[in-house]
Amino acid sequence: MSRGARPSPLIIAVACIALAFLVLPLVALVIRAPWADLPRLLISEPVAQALGLSLLTGLISTAACLVLGIPLAVLLSYSSGAARRLLRAAITVPLVLPPVVGGIALLLLLGRRGIIGQALAEAGLGIPYTTGAVVVAQTFVAMPFLVFAVEGTLSAADRRTEAAAATLGANRWQVFRLVTVPLVAPGIAAGAVLCFTRALGEFGATITFAGSLPGVTRTLPIASYLALQSDPEAAIALALLLLVVSLAVLLGLRDRWLPGVRG
Amino acid sequence: MARSTRVTLAAAAGVVLLAGCAGPAPSTDDPLTGTVTVFAAASLTDTFDAVAAEFEAAHPHVDVTVNYGGSSGLAAQIVGGAPADVFAAANEATMQTVVDAGAAADPAIFARNTLVLVVPAGNPGEVTGLADLSRPELAVALCDPAVPCGSAALQLLDIAGVAAAADTLEQDVRGVLTRVELGEADAGLVYATDAAAAGPAVDVIAVPQAEEVVNRYPIAVLTGAPNPDAARAFVDAVLSSAGRRLLADAGFMAP
Repeated sequence: MSRGARPSPLIIAVACIALAFLVLPLVALVIRAPWADLPRLLISEPVAQALGLSLLTGLISTAACLVLGIPLAVLLSYSSGAARRLLRAAITVPLVLPPVVGGIALLLLLGRRGIIGQALAEAGLGIPYTTGAVVVAQTFVAMPFLVFAVEGTLSAADRRTEAAAATLGANRWQVFRLVTVPLVAPGIAAGAVLCFTRALGEFGATITFAGSLPGVTRTLPIASYLALQSDPEAAIALALLLLVVSLAVLLGLRDRWLPGVRG
Repeated sequence: MARSTRVTLAAAAGVVLLAGCAGPAPSTDDPLTGTVTVFAAASLTDTFDAVAAEFEAAHPHVDVTVNYGGSSGLAAQIVGGAPADVFAAANEATMQTVVDAGAAADPAIFARNTLVLVVPAGNPGEVTGLADLSRPELAVALCDPAVPCGSAALQLLDIAGVAAAADTLEQDVRGVLTRVELGEADAGLVYATDAAAAGPAVDVIAVPQAEEVVNRYPIAVLTGAPNPDAARAFVDAVLSSAGRRLLADAGFMAP
């Protein structure tokens, strides 16, 4: 029955509204972009600085998410029962938390008067107002994406190969490095891309925890929001740049590593 | 949290004042109705809540909605067509951008404000004056030069000949105040009125050169005001002696 195979006109109409809702704001951004001034705006010192800082911190945060997040995903995949539910909840909270709240929480732990931060500041290792603070904020908001992407692949994978490797004499580290990691490589790649784009767009936790200083903590989203106060054209140019970088990451990696995004 | 408490207290104070002075009873056939939407600089937060409370008591058929934010951002919204009735800015340059765009006419100056140096209670960074803002080991918070409090801070530091080593340049003056209140910054430059609103959470260090950099606050009815009669009445209320008194209570200087 062809009728049952097709969505009803109502579904199609609502779906079109949903699609327009998602796409039209970005189309407006492209239409209203100050194209004539764009080259001048984009090569200006503040923009170049913010772009460089965003790319650098995004890459470091993604690396930190990989190093810390893959073991956490493995631990999650081995857990069960109440421990698993608790673990999942703890990893989900940063995902659903408004980033500004995450920034306040980071301040209370790592700020100059924070529970750990005070001792660090006294030792001359204060984190707020440094580029390191930007990385901390980005890693905090981005890591759950990596953990869930990797854990999803792990639970779908055939874990008996790990047991087989162990019976053939591999130690636990060798099993993790030579069997588990290659087994979940697609999940790791997908998670890393999500992490990077999330880190690139991070605003609330960064401005709250790290502050806003050109070249040190003022990333592209923060520069864009500030520019809206004084120079809306520059804000649109910055927003366009963020859009292009995010799309480039998605499109560039889609066919290689992202089965879920492939058209 | 602290901020909303202050707002509530200020509003309550306004109501108590009203009850206390037993002013003219609100006329039941007051011709003004509807909503007045006021866009006001962040530094006016507590004060305009009190003015709005008095205004609503005098004009029972009118609701006042105040949208607080960085003056420059509010001006951009107004020029972009935001349906506001009244604009109160923290400096004349920002109001001028709205006048130049044809969105406001004949602004009147209703208050003046100066900058002060604030430090967390107890002054952990042992700050004594503007010159300390150049000490690299201190965490220093300033407004970004793109907003009025930041351009005032820049002028003041210029006059004092201090090259400040800022650690963060905030979006509006309340952002600077919050960092100092939390102890996340050892020093910051804010308006005298913000320092007064923060109470004991901050210590104020007087800056002798501050009198040379005075922000004058203009207010105007917007040309596209949806409710021009009530908007004019609100502006008159701000400029009235009662309005002046509320502004003075908050630490603003008379125009």
